[in-house]
Amino acid sequence: MSATDTTQAEFSEVITHAHCRAIDMPGGTGRVALITLDNGFDHTKPNTFGPGGLASLDAAIDAALAEPGLVAVALTGKPFIFAVGADLTGVPQLTTRDEALQIGRLGHRVFRRLGELPVPTFAFINGAAMGGGLEIALHCTYRTVSSGAAAISLPECFLGLIPGWGGTYLLPNLIGPADAIKVIIDNPASQNRQLKPRDLVSLGIADTILEPADFIEESLRWTAGVLAGDIDVPRREIDRGDTWEAAVAGARAGLDARLHGAAPAPYRALDLIALARTATRDEAFAAEDDALTDLTFSNELRAGLYSFDLVQKRAKRPVGVPDKSLARPVTSVGIVGAGLMASQLALLFAQRLEVPIVMTDLDQARVDKGVAYAHGEIDKQQAKGRYNPDKANRLKALISGSTEKQAFAKADFVIEAVFENLAVKQQVFAEVEAVVSETCVLATNTSSLSVTAMASGLAHPERVVGFHFFNPVAVMPLLEIARAERTDDSTLATAFAVGKSLKKSCVLVKDAPAFVVNRLLTRFLGEVTAAMDEGTPFEVADHALDPLGLPMSPFTLLQLVGPAVALHVSETMNEAFPDRFGVSSNQRRIVESGATELLDWSTDSPRIAPAIESLLELGDSPSTGEQVRQRALDALAQEVRLMLDEGVVAEPQDIDLCMLLGAGWPFHLGGITPYLDRTGTSERVTGARFHAPGVASV
Amino acid sequence: MARPPRDIVLVDAVRTPFGKSGGMYAETRADDLVVRVIRELLRRNPQLPPERIDEVAVAATTQIGDQGLTLGRAAGLLAGLPQSVPGYSIDRMCAGALTAVTTLSAGIGVGAYDVALAAGVEHMGRHPMGEGMDPNPRFLSERLIDPEALFMGKTAENLHDRFPSITKDRADAYALSSQERTAKAYANGLIQPDLVPMAVRSAELGWGLATVDEAPRPGTSLEGLGSLKTPFRPQGRVTAGNSSGINDGATGALLMAGEVADELGIAPKLRLVSYAFAGVEPEVMGFGPVPSTEKALAKAGLTINDIGAFEINEAFAVQVLAFLEHYGIADDDSRVNPFGGAIAVGHPLASSGIRLMAYLARAFELNPQVQYGITTMCIGLGMGGTVIWENPNFEGVTR
Repeated sequence: MSATDTTQAEFSEVITHAHCRAIDMPGGTGRVALITLDNGFDHTKPNTFGPGGLASLDAAIDAALAEPGLVAVALTGKPFIFAVGADLTGVPQLTTRDEALQIGRLGHRVFRRLGELPVPTFAFINGAAMGGGLEIALHCTYRTVSSGAAAISLPECFLGLIPGWGGTYLLPNLIGPADAIKVIIDNPASQNRQLKPRDLVSLGIADTILEPADFIEESLRWTAGVLAGDIDVPRREIDRGDTWEAAVAGARAGLDARLHGAAPAPYRALDLIALARTATRDEAFAAEDDALTDLTFSNELRAGLYSFDLVQKRAKRPVGVPDKSLARPVTSVGIVGAGLMASQLALLFAQRLEVPIVMTDLDQARVDKGVAYAHGEIDKQQAKGRYNPDKANRLKALISGSTEKQAFAKADFVIEAVFENLAVKQQVFAEVEAVVSETCVLATNTSSLSVTAMASGLAHPERVVGFHFFNPVAVMPLLEIARAERTDDSTLATAFAVGKSLKKSCVLVKDAPAFVVNRLLTRFLGEVTAAMDEGTPFEVADHALDPLGLPMSPFTLLQLVGPAVALHVSETMNEAFPDRFGVSSNQRRIVESGATELLDWSTDSPRIAPAIESLLELGDSPSTGEQVRQRALDALAQEVRLMLDEGVVAEPQDIDLCMLLGAGWPFHLGGITPYLDRTGTSERVTGARFHAPGVASV
Repeated sequence: MARPPRDIVLVDAVRTPFGKSGGMYAETRADDLVVRVIRELLRRNPQLPPERIDEVAVAATTQIGDQGLTLGRAAGLLAGLPQSVPGYSIDRMCAGALTAVTTLSAGIGVGAYDVALAAGVEHMGRHPMGEGMDPNPRFLSERLIDPEALFMGKTAENLHDRFPSITKDRADAYALSSQERTAKAYANGLIQPDLVPMAVRSAELGWGLATVDEAPRPGTSLEGLGSLKTPFRPQGRVTAGNSSGINDGATGALLMAGEVADELGIAPKLRLVSYAFAGVEPEVMGFGPVPSTEKALAKAGLTINDIGAFEINEAFAVQVLAFLEHYGIADDDSRVNPFGGAIAVGHPLASSGIRLMAYLARAFELNPQVQYGITTMCIGLGMGGTVIWENPNFEGVTR
């Protein structure tokens, strides 16, 4: 097998072995060959498929067929894991299209055997089944799934690939195009949503769901029932007429609205789903091979893999953080303020740290309101069944409020979420320092003020750290942790330990204006706003970035942030970097007018709200969309370079991680620096790429 | 005949196939064996709402690791029994499951339970006999027991000393018969209906399915048995061939008040008549079944002549033969262990009692002319335990 030989030499594959074992079924059903996929490691290193693993599976199928009296072949995984798809670690090493094509073909050749044997085949999905892992199950005649299986999906489009080992052909033909689109295209686009085992049954992907306690035994019993004809396995009727076309057309419109063609993978997947209506198996699989090969050599996939690695690894092991042994225990938390942000923080800290939380504010009414908000959220979650009454009681009892800072006396960690004003925050910290221990961490949720300045008047400035959440706090995964000039290692280690307990992805940033996400978004929005102020029509400016496939248009983002907050940040940034960050006089007028709704959503695509339009004073030098985009990207490249030079973060990877998790910028851009590299922007604007070719690009 | 205050019946008894230590269950946990048995008992008896189980008692001799954590409760939770169903662990060495059955039966008898689930397990591969044992030094300093009493093979040799007429040849012949009867019972499909197929994982081989006992040696010959070493004594009589092995397995049984079985529409397989335990000198523990059977017969107002079916645990051939010799029953009497016994299928210590009951239930089913039968076994540290059962299928004139 040449494909095996050539590719195996180039990267070291952890081979998933396929062990074939003959089972003489009780009750005279006959002999079943049970193939177990097992790479020899525990569940923390899931089964994957590379050339070696495919060869092993191929051989196991041969061994199964050699069993005398064979009545069926079954396939299952090692404990907790079925299989999680292709081994993608080798992708960056692929250099020729032919190599990629061979891998696609090899997967098809081996997997499809399971659908073309002289005996029926059964997949027992005992655990995680992603990508090729789920596809191999789709090749089988029947599927059982364990109700304990976690992580089931076809996530390829999330990374920039397609389920190209049969998935785009088999799934729509099994469950229909609409649900196949949901699984192959929509779920990956929704934070890579996973299917629950019961979804597998309701979608018609699995034929039965069985409990984990004796899943293998009962799967075999079910197998015997099917073989004996005692169990009927109904399948969906698939309408292969106009509804198929309609489902595909609807999905294509959705993709255009969301991505504007920015990411090729979901479009290719959709083309293949369309093709699956009429194509033969050979035609469909060949088309999948072509798509896989094209996408393997797409910058979007390489950026996707780079992003995945950042989110999976770097986010969990932040770079440049002091050893966790230096962290001090946090058994009581204080929150200064009882407004919406503070109340969200109280809720999060109570849920994740499960330690007493005290909120303070100026008067009892505000305190009561803040505590009531947090308690009310817990009640809501209890009503949804997330908490039982005991747990809800426990969490609610943790959250209390006071008008006296003395309530912080026992706190190990106090975070302020008061009005974004330096003097106010300095005053708050001085008052808190008067009552807390010398080692209590003082954290600020400021988005743009200087943490160093905030600490300057304190007796122990080394305990002050920036702790910048993103809104909504419960949902957004990023936490920018800012080290101020005097912040000591122990404080920083404590902040990271707390951040990890809060289940946030923490990135270490320097105490620089607006840290990473807000600085880049403000710069970027500033350029688009300036272009509009100069006379670029709203529609042109707002759609200028469409080719990037960002989660929302610039002015939608501005609306989400809120014009007043955005103005405040741009003023702060203008003060820090007047040559690069302007303040739009139109924006100031809008804020001064008290208007909060920028956009009119009454039409398909948002327009500027009429009330706002009358406030605007626009210039007479409009730009084209292309020019606006170029300007915004150039500004981003310049700003990223400056941030790296200033040491705001250690590496471009941290910038990208922040943009992926804090701004929701897409995998296919790699955050932002891979996109700036591949469009030539970084080199043209800053004289150099951020990454060597191949790191996040072809 | 005296009867318990309330009718107590065993309605079902199942077991995993028994494995050889280091064999098919080498990578399988003991608690998983029990869980599988519990779940299968519920599946086989869908008329029984699980929440009606009032108690779970699980026996294990070595109650640590996967046989610890109050296994009766832990296994119930792992098996998916309702949280409202309590459970506990029980230990009487080899008679663990038998004691689980008698203790739960007593609870049913006094009305504390309507339905109870008894189980036993021993994974001797994971928990070798005597693991973690820390005998009190007073046992020896005060000569409370013979030093040989803690080594079961030596107690078997001692039993040969007490009954010089039980020769090694007789023991070997009995062992051969156990193997042959087991093979025949398998061939006739009399064992398999009560076996619970168990998934077995092997890192080397992948998942498999245990469907039959691993220990039986169908091709055993007298010559082969005669050539085996006597590891407990030079020129002794006890060999690996005429003893039970070192095994892994689990058993489980459903017990209920007779009226509850009627209400649920579940046919009883055994009806409890009486039970008794008795102690003997620890160094001849294999003699235990004789006094315990005497006691149980006396309580029931029966004699040995009333017993038409015997299930005696074959810890050692000599211990079965001592029992038979005492009662004047022939070594090859067809009423005794008709489907073979522990010498062939193995003896995962605390699980074996319920296997005996499953076998007795089969014998009762096949022999409606038999009214009474016993399950009995010898127990380490010098004990015996006997349960006398009545055949619900009995088609004769009741005494």
